[in-house]
Parts: sequence; C-alpha cells; structure tokens
Amino acid sequence: MDETSLVAALKRGEEWAFESVVRAYGGRLLAVARRYVGSDDDAHDVVQSSYLSAFKSIDQFEGTAQLGTWLHRIVVNTALMKLRSRRRRPEESIEPLLPSFLEDGHHVEQFAAWTTPVDVLLERGETRQIVRRCIEQLPDTHRTVLMLRDIEERSTQEVAALLSLTATAVKVRLHRARQALSTLLRRELGSGAPDATLRRALASKGER
Amino acid sequence: MTCRELTSFIGDYLARELDADARAAFERHLALCPNCRQYMADYERAIALGQQAYDDPAAQATDVPEELVAAILAARRKG
Repeated sequence: MDETSLVAALKRGEEWAFESVVRAYGGRLLAVARRYVGSDDDAHDVVQSSYLSAFKSIDQFEGTAQLGTWLHRIVVNTALMKLRSRRRRPEESIEPLLPSFLEDGHHVEQFAAWTTPVDVLLERGETRQIVRRCIEQLPDTHRTVLMLRDIEERSTQEVAALLSLTATAVKVRLHRARQALSTLLRRELGSGAPDATLRRALASKGER
Repeated sequence: MTCRELTSFIGDYLARELDADARAAFERHLALCPNCRQYMADYERAIALGQQAYDDPAAQATDVPEELVAAILAARRKG
C-alpha cells in the first residue's frame, strides 16, 4: 500500500485506512510522545488526541510532506500542550547538575578524560538506552528544550514560539540542559562511572 | 576570562554567536586550561550522544496496544 493511496482513502473516510495508519505509525508516535510527557498513560492520551486531530484535518494534509513526519509534528505539539496543562509538583531544580565554581571563577571539579571513546560506547547496545534514561531525568522545562533543539533540530526561534519563551530563555535552558546531561553522562559513562573509578583505584594500587 | 565565564559562553561559542573579541578570549583561555578543555569535550559529547540516542527508532518503538487502537477508532467514529 503506497502512501498516496492511503492518504486518499483517509480523505474518503474509509475505516480500514484509519486503522492502518494507527497501526503503521502508532508505535513510533508513542515513543515520541513518551520522550516529552514521560509516562505511558500520558503518552497514550497524546497519541490518541493527535490521531483524532490528524483525522479531522486530513484534508489539509498535502502530499509535499510525508505522513509520518506530519503525524510526528502533531504529536510533538500535542505533547507540549499536555505538559503545559499538567498540574505538577514544582519540578526539581536543575542546579545540582550544573558545575560549581570557586570564588576566583575556577571549576571546583577536576574533569578527567573518559576511559572509553564514544564510538566504542555506541557499539554497545545499552549505551543509547543509558543516554535516553539520563535525558529523561532532566526537569520537563529543560528536557523539552533539549529535545526540540538538539534532537529534533528545530531553530531557536521556532522553539521560542512553540514554548512561548524568548529566544534568550531558550538558549539559557538549552545550555543548562546540555550541562546537566553532561554531568549525568559523566557519572554513567564517563570518568565518574563506577567501573572507571574502580579501574583507577586498581591502577593506583598497582603503582604502589 | 575565568572558567566560570568560559563555561557560560560554550553554547554561544559552538553556535558561532560570539563576537570576534569574545571568541578570541574564549580560545585563549581554552588553550591554557586543560580542565575547561575537558569540560567542553564532555559538553560536546553530551550533545552528540543525545542526538545518537534516538537514531534507532525501531528499537524504541513499542507495539501499539490493541486497546489504544480500539480507543482511537471508537473515538473517531463518535466524532
């Protein structure tokens, strides 16, 4: 089934076409929604209302975009609305994940080179999962900006408009989100990872 | 430029949004400060790993639960 005929069937309102488009893209869209809203329940809500609004506006869908890309954008917009409307406890501060400085402006911490190069890390199946878990730990306000700017590669202006923020606020949040992610990754995969610390301890024992 | 200042400029530096003077000061500090070089390497690695964390959509996609398929189709028929 090619996309053009599927879209045509959707526009004609054929039941099988709706089901087929839910099955074809639903899994991917759930994963996208979950990145923004965190929980499975909220992700289901987001995907459901995204499909419903997509079906309602299918006449506006033009063949120039791909159906998957179009649905993806609807899901991201819907997820952002969900985040905005969600009554939440005040979110955790990102401050503890940011670097600290001495009075003279030097870093408190000494940063060590990572023991395992990135390309080697990426050959391991679990690395992407670890990174995704670290990103999930970022506070909503910062994770959202990181997802939109670095992962979806939207422009600062576009993200500012989507989130009703100034361009400067988007830049500040992106910078802080990257710094926090960097701290989490250093702990999980880099010089601060338990196995790296252990290796250093063993190596220094050997030197004595 | 202190380490604290350099750190606050990393995003702008990578986006090439620093003016020539700030850029030169940034690079002078970086050349002399191994700790900031490492910090910046970690920062750039965080961006790269973040981007690559989602490049295996097949591994992340879950099956659409049947009850979700049914709920969407039922809600659409109701209008």
